Amino acid sequence: MPASLFRSSTRARSVTAAAIPRTAPKERGFRYALVAPSIFVLLLIGIFPLVYLLVVSFQNLTMTDMDTSFQGLLNYRLMVQDVRMWQALLHTLLFIALALPVELVLGLAMAQLFIDRLPGRAVFVALLVLPVMVSPIVAGATWSLMFDNRFGPINQIIGWLAGGEVALLWTINPDLVYAAILTAEIWQWTPFMFLLLLAALAAVDKSQLEAASIDGAGYWRTFFKIVLPAIWPVMAVAILIRGLDLFRLFDIVWALTKGGPGTMTETVSMFTYVKGFQQFDTSFTAAVALMIIVLLTLVVTVALKRVGLEAR
Amino acid sequence: MNAARRRNLRSGVRLLAAVAITALFLFPIYWLFMISFKTAEEIFSYPPKWWPGQIQFSNYAVLFKDGDATTVWNSLVVAGVSTVVAMFLGTICAYSLARFRTGGENLANWIISQRMIPPVAVVFPIFLVYVFFHWVDTYFGLILLYTAFNLPYVIWMMRGYILDIPRALEEAALVDGYSRWQVLWKVVFPMCRAGLFATAIFTFVFAWNEFLFALVLTRTEVTTYTVQVTHYFGGQSNFWAKISAMSVLGTVPIFIVVGFMQRYLVRGISLGAVKG
Repeated sequence: MPASLFRSSTRARSVTAAAIPRTAPKERGFRYALVAPSIFVLLLIGIFPLVYLLVVSFQNLTMTDMDTSFQGLLNYRLMVQDVRMWQALLHTLLFIALALPVELVLGLAMAQLFIDRLPGRAVFVALLVLPVMVSPIVAGATWSLMFDNRFGPINQIIGWLAGGEVALLWTINPDLVYAAILTAEIWQWTPFMFLLLLAALAAVDKSQLEAASIDGAGYWRTFFKIVLPAIWPVMAVAILIRGLDLFRLFDIVWALTKGGPGTMTETVSMFTYVKGFQQFDTSFTAAVALMIIVLLTLVVTVALKRVGLEAR
Repeated sequence: MNAARRRNLRSGVRLLAAVAITALFLFPIYWLFMISFKTAEEIFSYPPKWWPGQIQFSNYAVLFKDGDATTVWNSLVVAGVSTVVAMFLGTICAYSLARFRTGGENLANWIISQRMIPPVAVVFPIFLVYVFFHWVDTYFGLILLYTAFNLPYVIWMMRGYILDIPRALEEAALVDGYSRWQVLWKVVFPMCRAGLFATAIFTFVFAWNEFLFALVLTRTEVTTYTVQVTHYFGGQSNFWAKISAMSVLGTVPIFIVVGFMQRYLVRGISLGAVKG
């Protein structure tokens, strides 16, 4: 897999710098006409909800009460005091903290394994990428079949290893639900890390590696001093994309536990969904949704600048 | 001689490890497919059977007879139309961003940041608007939402592909008397054909696999296959055959289209950060 990393910034800059045309007024109209429809749709779906959420979050709409009077920061106060909301946030951060490092290390190890010549390498890579393409809800459904205590193969395999019948309740037992969800999550997204890091490794300067080996540097020393710095830009982008994906974790949890047992595996996304669409706590949900949007916008703005994914 | 043997041994171990890892990652998919071919007795046999006695399609036949399979058609309509619309709007927008630097870096960064917002935060007000306009459970409503949802991705990716093609050709075409629109249609689009194709496939896959929006915004008329799969969840475990058969119906098309575009995979899933 030939891979050239980020487009070199000097080249991109020269292209875009030359791209500022001294256009006639008619041409100016043309360039805005091209952008207008997209911006319109994005504002409709992007900005409008924001304004609406802001308004509603200061009111007190519930399932039974259409109270549109100004309530000040009532919902925000309720939100800060809501233990379940904080727990959901904690669960979400826990999923990120557990899944992301495992996906990264596993993906990197697999990329190291596949970077050198290997018979049928292209076929392996093509097969390994399939989990990424499966719909997350289907992935969750598949794992719930796999984890079934009686008719699923997971307990069967564990039984072989343990030398006796086991009937672990993976999606119900509080000690096991996190392991079950994380297994499904890591299964689906490790190939994503693998694919990106494989491309990054392929772009590492071979002459530097040879120089290091001539100088007598060992495997780990070469890895930390040369390989890791070289693949870091790609790694950072991969971590950002996966981190943000994990923050909105919903489908796999929905399919496996629906946030249960109790609210033990409830994520921020699930909490918002339950509050808004099952309990119809409209104004409260608006406050939560707004908080999520503001929080993530801040994180994304800072992160985009840091990882170098931003436009040049 | 000894060194050569050791190298052979090493590559043998690596190959073995590669086979084992690939098998591990494919096993759940294999299991899903196998359940869809099993009879009810085979699905609920203990200990579990790892392959069906014979491949039979009655689980699929039931889906087609009951009309459940039309949800795949709904997915196709919604994902297909929204992909075409998003590709057109997004590509012309990307062209303007790339060539005229419209809005500068801030606009481009704002657009990509739109993609990072969790769907659950925006779907809530959107749902209320949709109720007001009677767009819930309509093709139009879902297509509009998926178009908006995918636009940032299309704009971002196509901007990268357009920056990759040299300007000289466009300038030559302008000198030859082409209008700006003709330059777009006859020079730019053909030049980034591969990028258009790859981006369209990913856009389609995102919409096809989407679950949360579809869950909130559909009822009975335009239910997509992902929502249909979850309809079989619940206490009664005898829906296993339907879960697996429905999932396979929705997954096979994705595997087929992705199989055709291995070359563009890395660039597509890394938001263009890595040019595979």
